[in-house]
Amino acid sequence: MTGWLQPHRVVMIALALALVLWSAFSLRWDWLAEYAPLMAEGIWNTIWILVVTSVLGMLLAIPLGLAQAAGPWYLAAPARAFCTVIRGTPLLLQLWLLYYGLGSLFPQFPWIRQSDLWPILRQAWPYAVLALTLSFAGYEGEVMRGAFKGVPRGQLEAAKAMGMPRLTILRRIWLPQAVQRALPTLGGETVLQLKATPLVATITVMDIYAVSSRVRQDTFIVYEPLLLLAVVYMCITGLIVLAFRWLERRVPQRVA
Amino acid sequence: MGQAAPETFAGLPPVRPEAIRIDDLRKSFGTVEVLRGVSLRACEGDVVAIIGGSGSGKSTLLRCINFLETPTSGRIVIGGEEIVLRPDGTPASRRQIEQARRRLGMVFQQFNLWSHKTVLENLTEVPVHVLGVPRAEAVARAMALLARVGLAEKAGAYPAFLSGGQQQRAAIARALAIEPRAMLFDEPTSALDPELVGEVLNVIRDLAAEGRTMILVTHEMKFAREVASHVIYLHNGLIEEQGPPAALFGAPRSDRLKKFLKSVS
Repeated sequence: MTGWLQPHRVVMIALALALVLWSAFSLRWDWLAEYAPLMAEGIWNTIWILVVTSVLGMLLAIPLGLAQAAGPWYLAAPARAFCTVIRGTPLLLQLWLLYYGLGSLFPQFPWIRQSDLWPILRQAWPYAVLALTLSFAGYEGEVMRGAFKGVPRGQLEAAKAMGMPRLTILRRIWLPQAVQRALPTLGGETVLQLKATPLVATITVMDIYAVSSRVRQDTFIVYEPLLLLAVVYMCITGLIVLAFRWLERRVPQRVA
Repeated sequence: MGQAAPETFAGLPPVRPEAIRIDDLRKSFGTVEVLRGVSLRACEGDVVAIIGGSGSGKSTLLRCINFLETPTSGRIVIGGEEIVLRPDGTPASRRQIEQARRRLGMVFQQFNLWSHKTVLENLTEVPVHVLGVPRAEAVARAMALLARVGLAEKAGAYPAFLSGGQQQRAAIARALAIEPRAMLFDEPTSALDPELVGEVLNVIRDLAAEGRTMILVTHEMKFAREVASHVIYLHNGLIEEQGPPAALFGAPRSDRLKKFLKSVS
């Protein structure tokens, strides 16, 4: 056999190629040139919203998980309540509550309207970012709770026994191992987060999904923009999977 | 008068400085009293072996010395410095405990190497990030220690890729890397396959021979007899019998110790 070029793979590649050629020649793509700049903007919006909300959500998830795994009851209880509420309600509901609820409350206060933040608060994206961040934090807080608990006690004890201060133990031993343990789950959760981003289109944020809807409304072409949308999401998913695979490989695990 | 001379008695050699001293230590878990008033003294260079059946409190005793367990009451003096305890037995100052721990190198039954760090990083972690030793110096010292325990070529390996015996030798080197005044061993060979016990005992024997202060909880009676300068037999949270190894193993006085020695031989 010549390495990876095995018969079943050759057939798959031929099929994929045929599909691409068919869609290129028999479907309508004449709208592409006109909407390309808007699509680029949409892809950019989708990606930065994904990255920013995942990173911020993760930063919130760490204390949420730690509070539940090892905190005193007065920290653990609110953290658990937060995770339960976030995980127990639809993201669309959270998004709308923030945008239509909080967002319509703010203008009623003159001091908010006059503040420097108002130009930002009157836009839609802050509410999208807030809702997606809180949602990610809620799910990942639960993941991190388990990850913190899963780090072997003995390793923390060894750190303690060598006179490491508590914060150093958390920073150098406990957190890195918890994150490493959670990585496979976090990879999957980030993919889910990507596919939660189209909801922001419902509050007028121009992500890639919103752009494809716009194309449909403008041109009455339905199928092609959706097909392209699927390809875009699959490409971003591929990038996420690769990134997490790289992260996971940084500490070699023994194959049992 | 200048500095006081070491305490001496006419005709006796000068007393070595005291490394670890425990007075009337008690520890309860809930209503179960695991240690019921244990006193122990280790001078520098002493090798104290603690033996006893399961549930005798020997591991708890060892873990109280560096406050992995909080004693219920008693006094603990490390290197001449008494650990200040609140009336309920908890340490008054976390800082003091942390500093005392840095003078004690602990080796665990389950090795407890940090699995996300290489063997070398395990050895340099505390010197570099807690004690402020320059990295180059810490690495040089760590490599010397690894060579000493026969693991120089494993410096870049992760713990999961090492055998149990190698992991325990690395753990001993890690404990030595903080240059402790005394070593605490908590059943260091109990989790090892029989054929790997020897390599770890050799390292410990080596440390005893260079005059290190050690407190060793062990099930290896032959080894205890060979390396210890003092043996303590613990039963039900009390010292049932203690003395030099020859006397304790050669001519046990109490019936319990006789029975115990017979059961483990």
